[in-house]
Amino acid sequence: MNKFILGFSTALAVVLASQAQAADKFKACFIYVGSKTDGGWTQAHEAGREYAQKELGDAAELLFVENIPEGPDAERAIERFARQGCGLIFTTSFGFMDPTLAVAAKFPDVKFEHATGYKTAPNVTTYNSRFYEGRYIIGQIAGKMSKTGTAGYIASFPIPEVVMGINSFLLGAQSVNPDFKLKVVWVNTWFDAGKEADAAKALIDQGVDVLTQHTDSTGPMQVAEERGIKAFGQAFDQIKAGPKSQMSAILDTWGPYYAKRIKMAIDGTWKGGESSWDGLKDGILAMAPYTNVPEDVKAMAEKTEADIKAGTLHPFTGPVMKQDGSEWLKAGEVSDDGTLLGMKFYVKGVDDKLPE
Amino acid sequence: MDIFQNILLTIATAATPLLIAAMGELVVERSGVLNLGVEGMMVIGAVCGFAAAVTTGNPWVGVLAGIAAGAVLSVLFAVLTLSLATNQVATGLSLTLLGIGLSGMIGESFVGTAGVRLPSLSIPYLTDIPLVGRLIFGQDPIFYMSILLVFGVTWFLFRTRTGLTLRSVGDSHKSAHALGIPVLKYRYLAVMFGGACAGLAGAHLSLVYVPQWVENMTAGRGWIALALVVFASWRPWRVLGGAYLFGAVTIGQLHAQALGFGIPSQLLSSLPYLATIIVLVLISRNRRLTVMNTPASLAQPFVPDR
Repeated sequence: MNKFILGFSTALAVVLASQAQAADKFKACFIYVGSKTDGGWTQAHEAGREYAQKELGDAAELLFVENIPEGPDAERAIERFARQGCGLIFTTSFGFMDPTLAVAAKFPDVKFEHATGYKTAPNVTTYNSRFYEGRYIIGQIAGKMSKTGTAGYIASFPIPEVVMGINSFLLGAQSVNPDFKLKVVWVNTWFDAGKEADAAKALIDQGVDVLTQHTDSTGPMQVAEERGIKAFGQAFDQIKAGPKSQMSAILDTWGPYYAKRIKMAIDGTWKGGESSWDGLKDGILAMAPYTNVPEDVKAMAEKTEADIKAGTLHPFTGPVMKQDGSEWLKAGEVSDDGTLLGMKFYVKGVDDKLPE
Repeated sequence: MDIFQNILLTIATAATPLLIAAMGELVVERSGVLNLGVEGMMVIGAVCGFAAAVTTGNPWVGVLAGIAAGAVLSVLFAVLTLSLATNQVATGLSLTLLGIGLSGMIGESFVGTAGVRLPSLSIPYLTDIPLVGRLIFGQDPIFYMSILLVFGVTWFLFRTRTGLTLRSVGDSHKSAHALGIPVLKYRYLAVMFGGACAGLAGAHLSLVYVPQWVENMTAGRGWIALALVVFASWRPWRVLGGAYLFGAVTIGQLHAQALGFGIPSQLLSSLPYLATIIVLVLISRNRRLTVMNTPASLAQPFVPDR
């Protein structure tokens, strides 16, 4: 009996000790809007979390919760993490903005980072990626590769982020083919493989020979592969869905950023109230290998990528006309970030009326 | 003129899964059971169909696996609602949640895997007829099944004795029971038929529509199928009309956008729902006919007295 008690108390002590150890470890927590295997947006964040975990090793414990809808549920999920002792919480969708701020106000000692939003607080920073830099590059490739001079763009919702992407893509294409045209189809969803594929079919039937998308599934890539046209991947390398179609993809590589920020939170250099908007040069996004394109197109894309990284090329440099023909940027003028983040107009050459 | 045929083909692809799932649910509801788990059975059919097709390399195995998976999941629903007389609405909703969660787990290792497409029909000369060749002789096998299903269900429900009995079970399970009809047996089989159809509809999604697996790829199509059954007032041919009308407006609005008509895309996106509801409401204006077609014991649990 005594032996049993002894054994039991030893086991208990071990359990308690390991729990104490776990409590000592810094916890960083991630809230995902989708599933971690969605093949796009959320999977990219999950890859970033795994990268950061590897980078930090035993210094921190990185937890996540997936499939949290934007809305009242989000606030509960964030608050649960805050109560569990998370030191730094990443909320990885635009719609988590207000819930993040609400929880942050209740937990002033917990640090928060919200992706793609614009509201900050003393313990909340925002972070975003200059996706438009990648869209300019794929636009240039489209301009070179399209025989019809028209590309199709499958868009999700008419928010500034998406409009900015459309404009950047078109400016890239027009930099090599000034008469380039763009057909836009809004599917009003982020993720519906069937509907995205339907939109791709409609665009191809109407004569586009290059497809790109700002939605999250590999549906359009699959259609492009079947119909034998070229396309670009979104958020994640989609080469498996389109081995003969994908010319490149814009990859969200959040990993280095996450590792850096968690390290800062551990050593106390993390500051709230900031907004970071990193680009290609910071490694927060990257281009998938340039495949299914001739050497000269590949060389051009690589040069553009290098120029953007070096800061000698900004996709939104004048002269740029708005869709209605009025002047937006004078020759040599570069757009400021505020205009880009609130973008609600098309540039010239978009064959669509922007939904209000 | 090829674009005309292409558009019709895309419409048929969009309508087929809705039609099949709705046809199954129609039989279920005609037997007096309301199964709100169509979405869950569909998504399970999609993932199992995909997994089986990829693992064996044979899309037909995938089709069968999809049908079987849908039917198996529906048995769970049948046991709970028929044998244990649980609330059908709540059980159906949980079935959908279960299906979505379970499919995500089964499909985790298949995300991003290249799919296997179910080959389309190809008959020399006939498929090459301009304008209509591919439409009539060049579609995928599940499309032909869906059309046969409409004929089959109509014939079964309104031209056979078993169909008449099934409808009587749905209209008044007490009277049917008093006449010695095995109510629960009829309902079990009807629910399983509905599950098999939902599974087939799911397999169509992952083997024909977009031959790949992505989590939650049904994206609400099961709910549209459910709505179609009600708006079609439980009549097979109206379900066919509703599914194709929905498909046509869905694809039509995408083309309208690509043409650049300048109509707000939010309005265009809601058009399929609006148009389908308006048309089906208009054709169901005859109250007496609607009441006659509505299964009177729908969603009421039946506990046989001993």
